[in-house]
Amino acid sequence: MVAFILKRLGAGIVLLVAIAVLTYALLFFSGTNIARNILGDMATDEQVALKQAELGLDQPLFTRFFGWAGSAVQGDLGTSWFSSEAVVQALATRLPVTLTLVIVSMTLVAVIATLLGMAAAVKGGWVDRVVQVGAVIGDAIPGFVLAIILVTVFAIQLGVFPAVSTISPGAGAAAWVASMTLPVIAIVINYVTSSAQQIRSAVIDQYRRDYVRTLRSRGISEREILFRHVLRSASPAGLTIISLQFIGLLGGVVIIEQIFALPGIGPLAINATALGDIPIVMGVVLVTVTVVIIVNLLVDLANGALNPKVRVS
Amino acid sequence: MSESEALTATAVHPEAVRVPLWRRLVRNPLGVVALVILALVALGAIFGPLIAPFDQNFATITDTLAPPGGEHLLGTDSAGRDVWSRLLYGAQLTTLSALLCAAVAIAIGLPAGLIAGYYGGAFDASANWVTSLLMSLPGIIVLLSVRAVTGPSVWWSMVVFGILISPSFFRLTRTAVQSVRGELYVDAARVSGLSDARIIGRHIISVVRAPLIIQAAIVAGVAIAVQSGLEFLGLGDPAKATWGVMLNEGFRNIYLAPQLLLWPVLAIGLTVGSLVLLGNALRDALEGGQRTQGRRARRAVTSGGRAVMAAGSDAVPSASVTTNLRVPRTGMPRRAPRDLSVPAAPADHLLEVSSLAIGYPRQDGSMRQVVHDVSFAVDRGEVLGIVGESGSGKSQTAFAILGLLPPEARILGGSVAFDGTFTVAPGEDRVSPVRIGELRGKRISYIPQEPMSNLDPAFTIGAQLTRPMVAVLGIPKAEAHERALDLLRKVGIVDPARTMRAYPHEVSGGMAQRVLIAGAMSCEPDLIIADEPTTALDVTVQAEVLDLLRAMQQDLQVAVILVTHNFGVVADLADRVVVMNTGRVVESGPVRDILRNPQEQYTQTLLGSMLVGKEPMTMLTKGGRS
Repeated sequence: MVAFILKRLGAGIVLLVAIAVLTYALLFFSGTNIARNILGDMATDEQVALKQAELGLDQPLFTRFFGWAGSAVQGDLGTSWFSSEAVVQALATRLPVTLTLVIVSMTLVAVIATLLGMAAAVKGGWVDRVVQVGAVIGDAIPGFVLAIILVTVFAIQLGVFPAVSTISPGAGAAAWVASMTLPVIAIVINYVTSSAQQIRSAVIDQYRRDYVRTLRSRGISEREILFRHVLRSASPAGLTIISLQFIGLLGGVVIIEQIFALPGIGPLAINATALGDIPIVMGVVLVTVTVVIIVNLLVDLANGALNPKVRVS
Repeated sequence: MSESEALTATAVHPEAVRVPLWRRLVRNPLGVVALVILALVALGAIFGPLIAPFDQNFATITDTLAPPGGEHLLGTDSAGRDVWSRLLYGAQLTTLSALLCAAVAIAIGLPAGLIAGYYGGAFDASANWVTSLLMSLPGIIVLLSVRAVTGPSVWWSMVVFGILISPSFFRLTRTAVQSVRGELYVDAARVSGLSDARIIGRHIISVVRAPLIIQAAIVAGVAIAVQSGLEFLGLGDPAKATWGVMLNEGFRNIYLAPQLLLWPVLAIGLTVGSLVLLGNALRDALEGGQRTQGRRARRAVTSGGRAVMAAGSDAVPSASVTTNLRVPRTGMPRRAPRDLSVPAAPADHLLEVSSLAIGYPRQDGSMRQVVHDVSFAVDRGEVLGIVGESGSGKSQTAFAILGLLPPEARILGGSVAFDGTFTVAPGEDRVSPVRIGELRGKRISYIPQEPMSNLDPAFTIGAQLTRPMVAVLGIPKAEAHERALDLLRKVGIVDPARTMRAYPHEVSGGMAQRVLIAGAMSCEPDLIIADEPTTALDVTVQAEVLDLLRAMQQDLQVAVILVTHNFGVVADLADRVVVMNTGRVVESGPVRDILRNPQEQYTQTLLGSMLVGKEPMTMLTKGGRS
């Protein structure tokens, strides 16, 4: 078990390093003159050259990367070139907003999708039709378009929710709930039916297995077959679906945050990439990839707990 | 719509590909609507710049945020530019860049998938590693970083997104190729001297072509959504009109002129929706050949990726393969009240099957009958063999007695009575879930054919043996545990305690079958139905399991129905035999009479096919059966 976790963590770190190198190299070859961007058009060429030397932009790629990586492994991701805010600080104030949004939404999606998917598989009828039609509609409407519609109708026209987030450092729980409700609804609507559809397929797939018939022949009740056997065997597939959705949402949330004016990672990433603020961009990439690695590790561990075959190998 | 959905979206049966596609597609109203919308978008994209009344950036500064109507069909934006013209220009750039994205994804995913699927090996392993790397990247963050490098270029971001989404084509191709690589016609092509390149070109491309088109439609939809999303964030090129740039412009003026949002939202929503619906319609059309029931069923088969039902049992009608699964709502038999409206059944025999007929509904509403007018009886302690080839209806009859027919099966006539209770009363069209629920597991039990697939892989053998005893007999868990150990010892397992702790994948097939026999015996039933109990086992193990069955039967004096295609097994175990062919009873009687003196041509053929090239059964003719 420990060996398994260590192995997966090792693979995760390799992935993290590979992506860090790749991103850093990409940004190195970016054409923008960052020092000029920072100082503005009025600065003289000497001032620009001085700034470049100060930021180390005149150094070759390897010197710069290892300088950055050397501090990064000690937990120092540098400071923003534009706002002089420490990158760790910038991430620490914004990450809770993004993670709250993503985790609350995905938890709701997982619970609702599991219930809907199970009901659709077992009962059929109208629940099944709702899931089927909903999955097609959910696929067909881009998530951010749905979010724009929601914000236009409920925040701007009806004024039920604030159109601009009231989350700030030290804001109370009420501000969080008011600001998060509409984005969470937008995400849940967008993701829930397609997840439910896939969980439905996973449940049906298990019901078709021979062992279910044998369990019935042994006098085990339908309820026990569903909750103890079918659901358990279908859950690895369900977990994989939810984790893929989670990774997708980690990117998609950037747009959602912009629409609902939430002070999460999204606006930070957008500004930093537009300006060429490399320390911030690297910080955002590291954080998101780390979250992805943690999620994948948790899913692997859960699958191991659910499936004895995985546990042994 | 997100990247992950596109990555998990398509799974198409390779064998369903060679079907006249377009004719099926235009029969689907949603598919037609999607095609019409996409045709209009394509026309707009091709001729847009020619028919647009204004240039995309021509601004009338005195006429900003004009309402629709008059000179400006859809009004003007905050810079006084004509919305309709910009929408037309936008159609071109938006669709072209989406096509670029799909093309890049196919250009990477298809060859990589072909090579990985056809040759496997090191390339397959490394391609899979890259695939999982790409799939664990949060797409938008990567695209934002790319934008920092390349500036606001639609083309670059779509090329990169094409790379990011190429795993969806890679996986699709790889799976499809792997499934046909082992097919006989591919082997035949190889033997006849065709080069690998020609085999891939001729036989394999044709299999993946249709699924690729479906996936391309879906990916193009995702690409438009992602690209508009980026531009909506203000990362697009402001000098070029695209739908995403217009969305951004509209969102910034949401308080002043919310209608500016409407047009790009409509354009994006309709186009992306049509692409997804077209993909779905294509997929449905592809599966049309296999369709027997409604749309829901087809989707179940696609997304589940497998449609295996009752593996190994004969005569599973095609209907059951695609039908939506539905568990009967009266699923809690032991709590349900006793059904008093059903008359008491005759109790002359332990089990009496009278004129039983079973059918499955066809798509057109008629019935496909698989069992016709089958009658037989089983007495206490008696072993009845039901013999027939695949498709003879013998397994259907057995499952009807157990009440384990697929949910769409219908009893078309006759009755089944067990010890004075009708499980199928005359006139009923299904096995009563209440009445069979009181018997199943307790008095009637079942030994399946394929031992491994009939144990739940997630539970230990001990848990699977003790749980039915606790549930059915109501004994404490500790007592059930002791009884399970005892049973395992009786079925000849050397180290019962260790086997109890093992998971099904940790034991051999023969051992798993012993466990299943122990499970069937565990609640001391009056009747055991064994469906080809030795067919899936090695020959040496077969003999051992047959010996075990005989010993257990004589020990417990339990009645057994032995369903098999093998007269040897019947001769070994059965007292009486029923021979079935194409759903009908051909002949029945004591086993020695039938073996010695078969009356019917079919029985003679069946016996003959078994006896060809073998020693005559002298033991039987001398009456020396033990």
